Amino acid sequence: MAFLSIDNISKSFGGLSANREITLSIKEHEIVSIIGPNGAGKTTLFNIITGVESSDSGSVRFAGADITAMATPEIARLGLVRTFQQTKIFRDLTVVEAVMIGHHLHDRTSLFGAFLSNRFAREQRKKKLEIALGILEFIGMADRKDSITQNLPYGEQKLLNIAIALAAKPKLLLMDEPAAGMNPTESIRMMDTIRRIKETGITVGLVEHNMRLVMNISERVFVLNYGELIAEGRPEEIRNNQKVVEVYLGRQRRAGA
Amino acid sequence: MSVHKSGITAALFVAVLLLPIVFSEPFYQHIMIAAGINIILAVSLGIIVGYLGELSLSHGAFYGIGAYTSALLMTKLSLPFVLAFPLAIIFTGFMGFIIGIPALRLSGHYFAIATLGFQGIVILLIINMVDLTRGPMGLSGIPSPGAFDLFGITISFQDKVPFYYLTVAVMSVVLLLTRNLIGYKYGQAFIATREDPLLAASIGVKPRKYRMLAFVISTAMAGAAGSLYSHYTLFISPDSFHLGESIYIATMVIIGGRGTILGPLVGAILLTTLPEALRFTGDLQFVLYGLMLMLVVVFMPKGVIGIFDHLKQPRLQQNNHAG
Repeated sequence: MAFLSIDNISKSFGGLSANREITLSIKEHEIVSIIGPNGAGKTTLFNIITGVESSDSGSVRFAGADITAMATPEIARLGLVRTFQQTKIFRDLTVVEAVMIGHHLHDRTSLFGAFLSNRFAREQRKKKLEIALGILEFIGMADRKDSITQNLPYGEQKLLNIAIALAAKPKLLLMDEPAAGMNPTESIRMMDTIRRIKETGITVGLVEHNMRLVMNISERVFVLNYGELIAEGRPEEIRNNQKVVEVYLGRQRRAGA
Repeated sequence: MSVHKSGITAALFVAVLLLPIVFSEPFYQHIMIAAGINIILAVSLGIIVGYLGELSLSHGAFYGIGAYTSALLMTKLSLPFVLAFPLAIIFTGFMGFIIGIPALRLSGHYFAIATLGFQGIVILLIINMVDLTRGPMGLSGIPSPGAFDLFGITISFQDKVPFYYLTVAVMSVVLLLTRNLIGYKYGQAFIATREDPLLAASIGVKPRKYRMLAFVISTAMAGAAGSLYSHYTLFISPDSFHLGESIYIATMVIIGGRGTILGPLVGAILLTTLPEALRFTGDLQFVLYGLMLMLVVVFMPKGVIGIFDHLKQPRLQQNNHAG
């Protein structure tokens, strides 16, 4: 049964159709990638899934619940968390503080408990700190815990964005171009990180341009072009798909034409 | 480190308690009470300005709502202070909730303009509801919080020293509650919405809920300051709560240093005492006062307490270059 199912999603901005009747699904415990040229509607699709934008028609279901009309925080509460293409981190905080904020949903401190600074509140904060440190360890940034987030190099900001999302304990993590702008070393590190995230039992959905990464770790790949789903299949099927090759490389010119 | 810090806090607290004994002239005691009330105002506004990252220009209005509510409850309904004070806080917080519904949908300059509008409305209402508020003439004959017996000695809050301790007690509670609010989940959620509403939402923080929470708590605290003020001066008029007051409180927060609790506290003390300290210069005091504010804004963008940041800077840089 599908973990996330997107049914007939359409979205247009004025006359521009960003998503046209897209239907796809992600199964539990797999890594799925959505690829396509710039402007194909990949980020729009992520925005619709996570409630950042609303679709014109169609529905989204996640873990048995209809999340089409839900707001982003409620979707996160169900366990669907995303990262952003334009790297988002909480600026002006230390790395560990930023990751602690990511654990917000699981902090059960009541307002009254916080006001009194009671034992439960202190325990929750301590637990949150431990979880944040554990995640930084997992992602290989333990030595950066006291750095100010905005002073981190680009690659580590991307990792921090993922660490913040992981702190929310997602069941499905959608990552929007996690390896964008990374050098080969950084993107290999990212690939390894994504693989390890999957191994912890988190289902992963990727939007990515880095083909080496996509073809290496995805179990299935969906291809969007001008808002339409034009192909889906295993990486090797996608690599040899005529339509996909045309989208990326153009049509082969016939001799004498 | 933490033991060191709590030692300093304890020493400061003792010093605060000893102040009216060291400075026994009523004039100094008056300034100390005014500083205490201003600290409540600045620290509470600091929750909105520093942690939500929004400039509210209506804190003076909420201060006034608290003052009028408390004064009217005691004069018209003859409630005792122990009831009028909490009711004024609750009512002011409730008004904060009502205003927050439309205003918090906005952010940045738009939010500031909306609160500016509300500030104007409140003053117009106070001026025009003459039957209730006596309009521009102001409310007089407000009772003081009363008196109680301690070991056979009658302690009256009409006297400055007992009122000073009352103010310090309320101020301490406000500081403690604010520190705890900021220190746990709630303050982190405020910061999350300030830094990046979209990222905050993506990890489950409901921006509207937390913005409202901060706004209501902040305005309720302004109500506490208002109640104290009205039962201290025993006379209130719209003049004490107009836009100038709102800007004055906002200045305390910004001069002191936003995004901290210490900043507004220091700002409130500075802006309360500085005009008095400059009084000997005669007409020149306003020039000097303005000049000092300008210098702080230009050279200390993080406020007066930003100086401590500069002292910490080398350590931070080492961290960033390491690894």
